[in-house]
Amino acid sequence: MTITTLFQHILTGISLGGAYALIAIGYTMVYGILRLINFAHGDIFMMAGYFMIFSMATLPWQIAIPLVCILTVALGVAVERAAYKPLRSAPRMSIMISAIGASYLIQNLATYLFTALPKAYPEIPFLKKILHIGSISSSLVTFITPVLTILLVLALMFLIHHTKVGMAMRAVSKDFETAQLMGIKLNNTISYTFVIGSLLAAIGSILYFTDRMSVTPFSGTLPGLKCFIAAVLGGIGNIPGAMVGGFIIGICETFLVAFGYSTFSDAFTFILLIIILLFRPTGLFGEKMTDKV
Amino acid sequence: MSKIRKSIYTAILAVIIIALMFFLEANKFRFGMAYTVIQKGLILSVVAVSMNLVTGFTGLFSLGQAGFMAIGAYVTAIFLIPADGMAEVYYISGVNPSIMSFKYWLESGPAWVQSMYPILALILGGLVAAVFAAIIGFPVLRLKSDYLAIATLGFSEIVRAIISSPQLDTITNGSYGLKKIPGFDSLFETFAIMAVCVLLMVLLLRSTYGRAFRAIREDEVAAEAMGINLSRHKQMSFIIGSFFSAVSGGMLAMFMRSIDSKTFSVSLTYDILLIVVIGGIGSVTGSVIASLLVTASKEWWLRFFDAPLYIGNFQVPLFRTGFRMVIFSVILLLVVLFYQRGIMGKNEFSWDRLSLRVRKLLGGRKRGAKNAR
Repeated sequence: MTITTLFQHILTGISLGGAYALIAIGYTMVYGILRLINFAHGDIFMMAGYFMIFSMATLPWQIAIPLVCILTVALGVAVERAAYKPLRSAPRMSIMISAIGASYLIQNLATYLFTALPKAYPEIPFLKKILHIGSISSSLVTFITPVLTILLVLALMFLIHHTKVGMAMRAVSKDFETAQLMGIKLNNTISYTFVIGSLLAAIGSILYFTDRMSVTPFSGTLPGLKCFIAAVLGGIGNIPGAMVGGFIIGICETFLVAFGYSTFSDAFTFILLIIILLFRPTGLFGEKMTDKV
Repeated sequence: MSKIRKSIYTAILAVIIIALMFFLEANKFRFGMAYTVIQKGLILSVVAVSMNLVTGFTGLFSLGQAGFMAIGAYVTAIFLIPADGMAEVYYISGVNPSIMSFKYWLESGPAWVQSMYPILALILGGLVAAVFAAIIGFPVLRLKSDYLAIATLGFSEIVRAIISSPQLDTITNGSYGLKKIPGFDSLFETFAIMAVCVLLMVLLLRSTYGRAFRAIREDEVAAEAMGINLSRHKQMSFIIGSFFSAVSGGMLAMFMRSIDSKTFSVSLTYDILLIVVIGGIGSVTGSVIASLLVTASKEWWLRFFDAPLYIGNFQVPLFRTGFRMVIFSVILLLVVLFYQRGIMGKNEFSWDRLSLRVRKLLGGRKRGAKNAR
């Protein structure tokens, strides 16, 4: 492997990792607040791909991208309202089954509406422009993704640490009931979390699918699971951690594919999950959690 | 209700079931749909009960069923495909020579042993899956609820990826799948295997081990304080559940006659979860009833959702391919949201409960009639 191909792979990996990081943040925020794996998150990400296909069919990309973001956010909040809100005080297993039900419903709905055949993802001309830096050449999206990811994470960190909404989120994630007693509107705060998570998933989906050309109703499942693992790797509930986890998984996956083990790249991610959970259950940057009896 | 009366009812029910099977067996072609649906429902009920054993009775939210079913299905299929059909099945990359010599060795066995091969194949598939369950159970079962779900879901996807990987082409035929799997001789065979599997699981649940499982489900700390070895019992429940999932997978392979890795995707696990939830989490009879009901409505009664529907000349717009599955996922969500106990809740079927229900229903109707007057 020459230096050039090495750099090329690293760049591809970082770009993939950036998209993963954006999705992983959605998982980590929801888990941080509701202690729930939002199984439907990967499918919301997949629906964002379909939204893009249909809005780009008639609209220019400048309008299509904001529209996709709005639609995805609406879907994310709708899932929260319909499937999670009625079960706030139900046993954990019911909430998980409800989350799986929501994911199953979105997948089947997508199969019903758009058929199971892959649909071509529209090209956004300026993102596809080929850039040459030294001997490395890649499309603009590959360069933009990591930069955009880091900027978004910085913005999100600002939101969480320096605004009222962010403070409410932190309070709710620490203690549900006390936060409510302090006058924080629980449902609104949870909805904001889903708004942010879905918005990032929409952006992530644009960056992810631009490199992959097609969407199917099942193209959200595996990235979804991987991004959850990225969130666990970074320490669940920790936003910069989720970003780092996303980058690590993206780079590892790209290298496994480059060495010809593409079938095992998925397996690798899950083995990674088991190893993390066994040896460092709080992830790389997670706080120590104590189990209450 | 008196004991004698109950056993009379049970005997009548058994006679009806046997008569129904005789009837279907004799009129296999006229009632083809009912025949296939009942057969598939019986097969799925084995895996549904096994999922209930792990999830409903022991409280381990495991989503690895499809992976264990895939292991069982592939082992059973490779065991059972006739030796002279192998070359045709593996026409792309050839058969692994050691498998081939194993198959010739199998076919040299005496005839009465050969007639047992389907059963042996199912048990072997179950044992292989149980070994896998023991290996992954050791690290995975230490995880808490949702982490366990994700890890087992991941395991099932790994199994699928490995089965379809080109490196295993000569064993699993990669992404082309296996065909020419010999099927069941009759509905009785399916029913007998299913009945034995479910009976074994019921006996397990009634034993001290089963009580320990339930204690773990209710409160892990309390169970441990009472001297139940948590990791050993969890491991045991997981391994036994995987064994029966794999048996059911093998039966599914025999039922479908041809399988590929796509059959055992995550959505299969979700389908089984749907059955368990509708039947009632923690009820064996609920799972059996629900798997028959769900399979029948999915493959038969609700088929019309997928076909275009005309009222007069007007085509109802929603009805086309895929609508059925949308309805099913909505049902799953509605059951979880509004009717969490499912058909049976945590109860088992009993004549007392049924007669109480019937009496209530009749009484309610009488009162309703009075009011209407």
